[in-house]
Amino acid sequence: MPVLKGKELRIVGFLCNWCSYGGADTAGVGRFNQPTDLRIIRVPCSGRIDPLFIMKTLMNGADGVLVSGCHPRDCHYAEGNFYARRRLEVLHRFLPILGFEPGRFEYTWVSASEGQRWQQVVTRFTEQIHKLGPAPKIAGPEASATLRQMEAVL
Amino acid sequence: MKIGVFVCHCGSNIEGTVDTAAVAAAAREFPGVAFATDTMYTCSEPGQEEIVNAIKEHQLDGVVVASCTPRMHEQTFRRTVERAGLNRYLFEMANIREHVSWIGKDREANTNKATDLVRMAASKLLHNRPLLSKQFDINKRVLIIGGGVAGIQAALDCAEGGLEVVLVEKTTTIGGKMAKLDKTFPTVDCSCCILGPRMVDVAQHPNITLYAYSEIEEVSGYVGNFDVKVKKKATYVDWDKCTGCGICMTKCPSKKATDYFNEGIGKTTAINIPFPQAIPKKAKIDADFCMKLQKGKCGICAKVCPSGCIDFTQQDEFVTEKVGAIVAATGFDLFDWTVYGEYGGGRYPDVITSLQYERMLSASGPTGGHIKRPSDGKEPKNVVFIQCVGSRDKSVGRPYCTGFCCMYTAKQAILTKDHLPESQTYVFYMDIRATGKNYDEFTRRAMEEYNAKYIRGRVSMIYPKGDSLLVRGADTLMGTQVEVDADLVVLAVGAEAAAGAAGLAEKLRISYDSYGFYMEGHPKLKPVETNTAGVYLAGSCQGPKDIPSSVAQGSAAASKVLGLFSKDKLASDPQVSVVDIKRCIGCGKCMKTCPFGAIKEIDFRGMKKAEVIETVCQGCGICTSTCPQGAAQLQHFTDNQILSEVNALCQF
Repeated sequence: MPVLKGKELRIVGFLCNWCSYGGADTAGVGRFNQPTDLRIIRVPCSGRIDPLFIMKTLMNGADGVLVSGCHPRDCHYAEGNFYARRRLEVLHRFLPILGFEPGRFEYTWVSASEGQRWQQVVTRFTEQIHKLGPAPKIAGPEASATLRQMEAVL
Repeated sequence: MKIGVFVCHCGSNIEGTVDTAAVAAAAREFPGVAFATDTMYTCSEPGQEEIVNAIKEHQLDGVVVASCTPRMHEQTFRRTVERAGLNRYLFEMANIREHVSWIGKDREANTNKATDLVRMAASKLLHNRPLLSKQFDINKRVLIIGGGVAGIQAALDCAEGGLEVVLVEKTTTIGGKMAKLDKTFPTVDCSCCILGPRMVDVAQHPNITLYAYSEIEEVSGYVGNFDVKVKKKATYVDWDKCTGCGICMTKCPSKKATDYFNEGIGKTTAINIPFPQAIPKKAKIDADFCMKLQKGKCGICAKVCPSGCIDFTQQDEFVTEKVGAIVAATGFDLFDWTVYGEYGGGRYPDVITSLQYERMLSASGPTGGHIKRPSDGKEPKNVVFIQCVGSRDKSVGRPYCTGFCCMYTAKQAILTKDHLPESQTYVFYMDIRATGKNYDEFTRRAMEEYNAKYIRGRVSMIYPKGDSLLVRGADTLMGTQVEVDADLVVLAVGAEAAAGAAGLAEKLRISYDSYGFYMEGHPKLKPVETNTAGVYLAGSCQGPKDIPSSVAQGSAAASKVLGLFSKDKLASDPQVSVVDIKRCIGCGKCMKTCPFGAIKEIDFRGMKKAEVIETVCQGCGICTSTCPQGAAQLQHFTDNQILSEVNALCQF
């Protein structure tokens, strides 16, 4: 569905199954109210998240991308979030070079017991994205050529 | 693909804030969707039948259920579609309860979001492929970490069930906190008389290997096939020869060693056996206090030992055990009450913890079962108990209730009167929480038969007055201030996660909550499982528990292990990585990043290639995001599947 005009922006989340997805579940079970913009994609581990997923999401028109995994040293797969941390930190610094506002992407750590923390993370990130407003869209007659070019760079 | 979509009302849980009929109607327009409906309770028997019938009637070859979290019911519905003849991986779930209906009340936004989540699930499903699991062999041995009452129970139950058990205990004796107790509530039964025989059973059971004074160094492997490296810490005593006669203790000249077993009440010798019923009953040298190890001279114990077992050169030793399942039963530690300045912060010797008091009450304790003030050795007359020290107090980061302090305080009040008939006890409490069988009756007995004076309120200050202590607090029922002249103050300290619990959790790859207690698989339905297959929990490591609950959980963990081992082979999870040999360039990056060593190098017509060992792969997908060629793909979470979800969302 298109985003609700004037109400919502398109925010995509990539969450690891064991900690953060569970944390989002815990927030739901605890009825911790949250903004409705975020759509969550479940992956087994934050280490599964290819930075290209985030790039493609932003290029396809998302206004914000949030990644969340297990706290460092508490990874279900022992070290997946360490890989994630390195990759995502590099990506974060790389975003302005590609012409994306770095504030549109964030990564964080939320454990399965931290429902309330998840509520705070979502609320704060959603507010941050609303402050930035809708992301500039790649549009116009050159749009598809530009997108192809960007894909080639990636 | 012909997809069927089932949007669950979950009673009013979802339907209350999501228009499920509208979601189903929207879903009918999605690519590949051949059938969509909303159902009252999809997980119920008629709900599942509806799915089975729809698969048959509409020749569906993929199913999306939009309901609760997949962490709850994914398995349930996978079995359902399997019943209808579909592969269980041709199924996807959209979480429209925990992630939608329960976190907001805006029906329009919720319906919109739920529709999006169904669209994502359906578009991922278009890329799903049938997956089949493989069988693998398992090692039917179990490792139990922690020799407290929960660990002992789990060890004995597993051993009785015919399993080989490896029990690892951090200290020199099993028994845990329970071995330190004098009596137990609500029966006032002798703690060591109940536990002692169980400890002996552990020592004598042919199926149990006990490693005392040992710790877990490293854990690798997976359910059915764990490799565990155990560190046997140096005791400077050859335990194969030590008979536990105790002559060394009588002759050791270093008599100022910290007595950990007696919670620091009194001192012990540098070489010591913690208590008479210790299992194993072996001596250990406390290196910090041993003159021979510190200064190089003494060695009296080596001279007097009749079996010649003293070895000052002993080093830590490592052994590797192969097991198929692990039970964590690492217990709890006591809250460090010295952060409370109002109770003296540790400055007054006559303010002690409940466990120190317990050692004082015990006939095998440092005072021989006589209640004596630590300051001057006199018998106290007025004994004040303060409850909730490190429980239900946000200001010290312990907002939870430990749960058993109310009961042991009542027990200690009763025992005080038994030991000292002339004494008077006072208990400062917040609420009495006595919610077990015969528990409330027991606290009543403390008040009515043993005349313990219960004062509802907190203590604001303790300060010395002459050779006694003045305890000032509030009586919130009377609305007055109270002052009690106390000879001895006992603090009912709460439980906190054991020191080192987080470190062990990292080795076991299990989660812990913000207080450090281990997370169970599900708070209601999986109280002993963890999210790591083959790792189970027993006792207070999962949350503070009294003895009956710890024993019950020990038995429950044992029955889970016995259930797991009732099969000769386990089915592997097919959500593993697969390397496309045509794309693989043999760079070896995946082998380096795999945390489980599940990728091996193979030779393919003279070329170096990577291959995944299916039964070892745990399905994290790190290799998939590492592979520069996209050759390694985690099944069920391939690049195409994840990107199809992205595309479903970001096309507007």
